[in-house]
Amino acid sequence: MAQTLAAFSTVPLRRPDRPGLLPAMIFLVLALIPAAATLGPQSYLLGLFTRVMVFAIAAMALDFISGYGGLVSFGHAAFVGIGAYVVGILGAHGITDMLVSLPAALLASAIFAYLTGTVCMRTKSVYFIMITLAFGQMAYFIAGSLAPYGGDDGLTIRLRSTLLAFPFLQNDRTLYYFVLLCLFLAYLMFRAIVYSRFGRVFRGARENPTRMATLGFDVFRFQRVGYVIAGAVGGLAGFLLANATEFVSPAYMSWQRSGELIIMVLFGGIGSLHGAIVGAAGYLLIEEILSGITEQWKLIFGPLLVLVVLFARGGLLGLAGAMRERLARGRPRA
Amino acid sequence: MKISKLFVTVAATALFGGVAQAQAQEKLKIGVIATLSGPPAVLGQQLRNGVQLAVKDLGGKLGGREVEVIVQDDELKPDVAVSKAKALIERDKVDFVIGPIFSNILQAIFKPVTDAGVILISPNAGTSNFAGKECNANFFVTSYQNDQAFGVAGKYAQDAGLKKIFLIAPNYQAGRDALAGFKSFYKGEIADEVYVPLGQLDYSAELAKIAAASPGAIYVFLPGGMGINFVKQFRQAGLADRTVFLSAFTVDESTLPAQQDAAVGFFGGANWAPNLDNPQNKKFVAGYEKEFGAVPATYAFQSYDAVLLIDGALKLTKGNVADKDALRAALKKADFTSLRGGFKFNTNNYPIQDFYLVKVGKRADGKFQTEIDKKVFTNFADPHAKECPMK
Amino acid sequence: MSTGLFVVQVLNGLQFGVLLFLIAAGLTLVFGVMDFINLAHGVQYMLGAYLAVAFYALTGNFLIALVLALAAALVFGLLLEFVVFRHLYDRDHLEQVIATFGIIIFLNQAVKTVWGAAPLTLPIPEMFSGSIVLMPGLLYPVWRLVVIAAGLAVALLLYVLVSHTRLGMLVRAGATNARMVSALGVDIRRLFMIVFGFGTMLAAFAGAMIAPILSVEPGMGDTVLILAFVVIVIGGIGSMRGAFLAALLIGLVDTLGRSFAIDILRLVMPPSPARTVGPAIASMLIYMLMALVLYFRPAGLFPSRGR
Repeated sequence: MAQTLAAFSTVPLRRPDRPGLLPAMIFLVLALIPAAATLGPQSYLLGLFTRVMVFAIAAMALDFISGYGGLVSFGHAAFVGIGAYVVGILGAHGITDMLVSLPAALLASAIFAYLTGTVCMRTKSVYFIMITLAFGQMAYFIAGSLAPYGGDDGLTIRLRSTLLAFPFLQNDRTLYYFVLLCLFLAYLMFRAIVYSRFGRVFRGARENPTRMATLGFDVFRFQRVGYVIAGAVGGLAGFLLANATEFVSPAYMSWQRSGELIIMVLFGGIGSLHGAIVGAAGYLLIEEILSGITEQWKLIFGPLLVLVVLFARGGLLGLAGAMRERLARGRPRA
Repeated sequence: MKISKLFVTVAATALFGGVAQAQAQEKLKIGVIATLSGPPAVLGQQLRNGVQLAVKDLGGKLGGREVEVIVQDDELKPDVAVSKAKALIERDKVDFVIGPIFSNILQAIFKPVTDAGVILISPNAGTSNFAGKECNANFFVTSYQNDQAFGVAGKYAQDAGLKKIFLIAPNYQAGRDALAGFKSFYKGEIADEVYVPLGQLDYSAELAKIAAASPGAIYVFLPGGMGINFVKQFRQAGLADRTVFLSAFTVDESTLPAQQDAAVGFFGGANWAPNLDNPQNKKFVAGYEKEFGAVPATYAFQSYDAVLLIDGALKLTKGNVADKDALRAALKKADFTSLRGGFKFNTNNYPIQDFYLVKVGKRADGKFQTEIDKKVFTNFADPHAKECPMK
Repeated sequence: MSTGLFVVQVLNGLQFGVLLFLIAAGLTLVFGVMDFINLAHGVQYMLGAYLAVAFYALTGNFLIALVLALAAALVFGLLLEFVVFRHLYDRDHLEQVIATFGIIIFLNQAVKTVWGAAPLTLPIPEMFSGSIVLMPGLLYPVWRLVVIAAGLAVALLLYVLVSHTRLGMLVRAGATNARMVSALGVDIRRLFMIVFGFGTMLAAFAGAMIAPILSVEPGMGDTVLILAFVVIVIGGIGSMRGAFLAALLIGLVDTLGRSFAIDILRLVMPPSPARTVGPAIASMLIYMLMALVLYFRPAGLFPSRGR
């Protein structure tokens, strides 16, 4: 029984008490990047880091349900794709105002999360992983069959989202800061949720659902609400991704993408929201740098993942924490 | 004191920067975006090989300028392709981008590349939207418009009076275009029209349907691994003996090494074949086989032509790429000797060229290739050009 | 829709199902006994195909190539187990998923580096290269029947092994409660290695047998892997019987769905949309089936876990 319920018995979970300086430093660095980018290939760097932040938002949402809630979803990319497709489809009909497309993206993803969550929450551990994968695949195939919206080829987005007819996001820099703002707000929101009463029940359900049920909480409903929130934030990431790449395709929802999101979460360190940012940055930047060096870069990347799992328990943040402990010898971590 | 120091620093930087700029202008940079990972990697490799061979054959110089080729893998992911395209344009400062293979990648990189004023030359993907309403002065195609390649078999079937044709293609935009393109020329009876999921490898279900329908011919568009499997299984099911096999991009030099004898005698429609009889093509095929050990396919010859196109244009502008209007005008002239013989651009920068029915044959040395069977279209212009506002 | 066509499609479905079983069997064994999610099972299938091609090029004889391929795949699998997997048994599923995902990335690239990116092929062995007439005008390759027969033979062998031998008893016990088995004095490490080795060989066998029909290319294991997981989830993890039935079910549903979805849809909608919606629904059919099964039976049809 214990094994099926405690999904993360061996992964060291960072206790969500003191956030520390690290998140602040991360946001500071992100805020300074546009200035640094002017020294180099600006649009390329801005585009790269915008994508990093967009995936960080999606990874953060996944970290919330996986790391804190114990619900490992292998279909998270579907929410990103749905948000992106809402932008694409509305755009194809001439609607670009974000006051329409943003709430629509959030709503569509939330509804999908609610419906699929109702079915998924009945299962546990690996069955949960598989059924979220199944729903992710269904979304992928449905998107691919939408012939009027490009089908498998995808859809180009003529205009980025506007705000009351003003081409608000057309400028790469403005888009960058808007995404950064969304990332920051998402971070604050998740932080607040995790420490709230809801969050405590949610986390408690991960550790021991039976105990929570005995205490009188409807575990199923709590988990579903968490899943819907994560789905909606995934939709937000999709909205931003469509704007950033000016393109949307079913590839955004493939199971490989969902797998990449899981890797990003693990890379940074499960169960620490800012770890998702570090993980997304680490994954995408390593991919970008390595693929520029050699065509056979996957020969290095694959084993790298294995090594991270084997030796970097707790991801990059865990490594950083371990190094910090080494440096401050003898002083035990609180 | 401080001001003069500042002045000297600024002047030195400007001078140094200027010198560096001038030096940077010496080498011409060409970016290549192709799919080099995953199952379709063999196509991207052909594209890249064609470019590299052309540059080598021209002595490393295009229009008198030394050239550097930077290759990027789009991983068949549209958002990765956009990022790589932006890297090529801004970090590497390329003047030309040659690529991609796939239509969905073209859809993704079209806007960023053309908006930046960089010339995009597609040596394979040729979707209808960029031939028509969305044509662009910075976009050139050395392959064909997809509908044309698909129409070849249709016209042949119509002229040859083939009856009751079974159609099969994957369920995505290019697949639908393929069957629509075929039907635009073939007006006879269609036995059935089947779309299979993209990436499907086992055709036992569809083969049974074909046998039940007993068609006079089948028209197949199943690129890559899909085509390899279909051809093998088609032959194994004994259907090859009584059904004429017409196709597009299903039996070509990228798939023949795996299909081998199973594909001999099957027909395809293309704008070229390795045995096309002209001196520059003979030299190209021999050179390609010597360098890369495989028979070249359309992906390689079209990217080779793309480099020749650039070379021809640069000769006209005397190596100058700064004057974009002059460069575009020079490119439009298409002043080069194409491997396929005659080459000229239509108003939408897509080629007007001949198309042939090709047949798979086995060579004396045991390798397989497509061979010209008959010419089906002469100076064929694509049907979407009239919607293009360019003149 | 004639009975002849229907019979052919049923046979096709069985052949696909049998292939899925060969792959899923190893997967469910490893998962059931060792609680180890092995995403790299798909590349072991791919490796079996590539090794068969390589050894065939060397020896010119399919049977010898098959045996050598199985041996080489076993060695490689055990090497992987020793170097990487062994350290992951105690970790949780997420970490196993990521580590094996890394192995997939590595091997897909490695195979391309060694054998090139172009798809490879293997001819059907002479003895079985004929066809039988199933329907007027449709020859059914004998080799496909051989694959079905081989799959069923392996299923029978596994059944005998698992139900009627001591080793099988240990495997079943291990699937129910590995710790208890270890506590009872059985060398659990050796058991794991044997189970894993068996699983690897099954996957490689499937890959080698299917190579004459399907093209051998990098990434060929990825789609099959997802389907295999669907099979074991529907069947119930750790259950051979479940894997067998689920594999046949999925093979039939998928094949019949693909063949007849469009025809069925044409009854309710005009032909043109039916032609594009049909294949989309056909692709999703398996996932809808899995969602349905999990809704009513959240642990699969034959859950063997006694935990």
